[in-house]
Amino acid sequence: MNVLQKLEQDEIASVSKTIPEFSPGDTVKVNVKVVEGTRERVQAFEGVVIGKKNAGINSSFTVRKISYGEGVERVFPLYSPRIDSVELVRRGDVRRAKLYYLRGLRGKKARIAERTTGHGLGEAGSDE
Amino acid sequence: MQMDKVRTGLIAQKVGMTRVFTPEGEHVPVTVLKVETCQVVSQKTMEKDGYTALQLGVGTAKVKNVSKAQRGHFAKAKVEPKKKTVEFRVPAEALVDVGAEIGVDHFLAGQTVDVTGTSIGKGFAGSMKRWNFGGLRATHGVSVSHRSHGSTGNRQDPGRTFPGKKMAGHLGAERVTTQNVKVVRVDVEQGLILIKGSVPGPDQGWVIVQDAKKTKAPAGLPYPAAVRKGAAVEAAAEPAVTETQE
Repeated sequence: MNVLQKLEQDEIASVSKTIPEFSPGDTVKVNVKVVEGTRERVQAFEGVVIGKKNAGINSSFTVRKISYGEGVERVFPLYSPRIDSVELVRRGDVRRAKLYYLRGLRGKKARIAERTTGHGLGEAGSDE
Repeated sequence: MQMDKVRTGLIAQKVGMTRVFTPEGEHVPVTVLKVETCQVVSQKTMEKDGYTALQLGVGTAKVKNVSKAQRGHFAKAKVEPKKKTVEFRVPAEALVDVGAEIGVDHFLAGQTVDVTGTSIGKGFAGSMKRWNFGGLRATHGVSVSHRSHGSTGNRQDPGRTFPGKKMAGHLGAERVTTQNVKVVRVDVEQGLILIKGSVPGPDQGWVIVQDAKKTKAPAGLPYPAAVRKGAAVEAAAEPAVTETQE
């Protein structure tokens, strides 16, 4: 491991928060710390993960949701201290790594089936 | 830095760039510099050389790759052959003993430094890349010369192109100093300095880190240098070893 990777790993370790294993297609609830004046509170952003960038400390993920009929996307740095926690709500069954096609779809067509087997699921893990 | 408190700088190797987060969640782009056993190789004194300076060396060079003259020079200082040596002009009171190892805690997090390096060579570059010229138009009769510099002067009077006219030519691979860059963090154990933003040169390139000339130094900087304690003991033990070799 080179110096840079070690530094990044230490940096990730210092964040010391447990992030659940999630992948594109999953529905997640991201609890973000927001500062209002002097007060700090936690705000939730719930939606579908449409992409993930795995790049050490630079890792980020994009969450898309429909808010008041308008599509909203937000990119979160995975290891940012501003992210309080990430909760996995529902696993989605998708066949792509980047779900940008969802941007052109609305309503019924933009549904993602729930995934009950495969990686990250208990029974399936023993299955393999 | 006030003129009466000039300290020596350090030689570092650029590792690469990454980012760190502040506790508030702001992300800071940083360049990681590594300082590997930076030791004083020799002193230049007023009596002997007519000026005062410190010669520092960094890294470890294979002995077979070091010339005989260099080997003698390093042996005189009783230090391992160094990969890179650089001289720093310092006043007589800021001289450090030969053989002393200077740690990265020479710099404090939050202070500003000047970083000098050799910029990445771009070869023969056109005026658009080299001087940010606008080039010629894409249409309206321009042919072939869309990226050319256009006119370089006037008419029969003066009848020549003035010296210093910006034109195409060699770009990069020259000594560049970025001034007043902030030190984000100093890691003494691993010998790392994290600097906010970019510094000149490619990864693995050598850079010189010095106190910023144009900003006031913070209080509490080690003066004349942050000499490592362990290294001092080592240096004391080393002469005996070299004597037995001889």
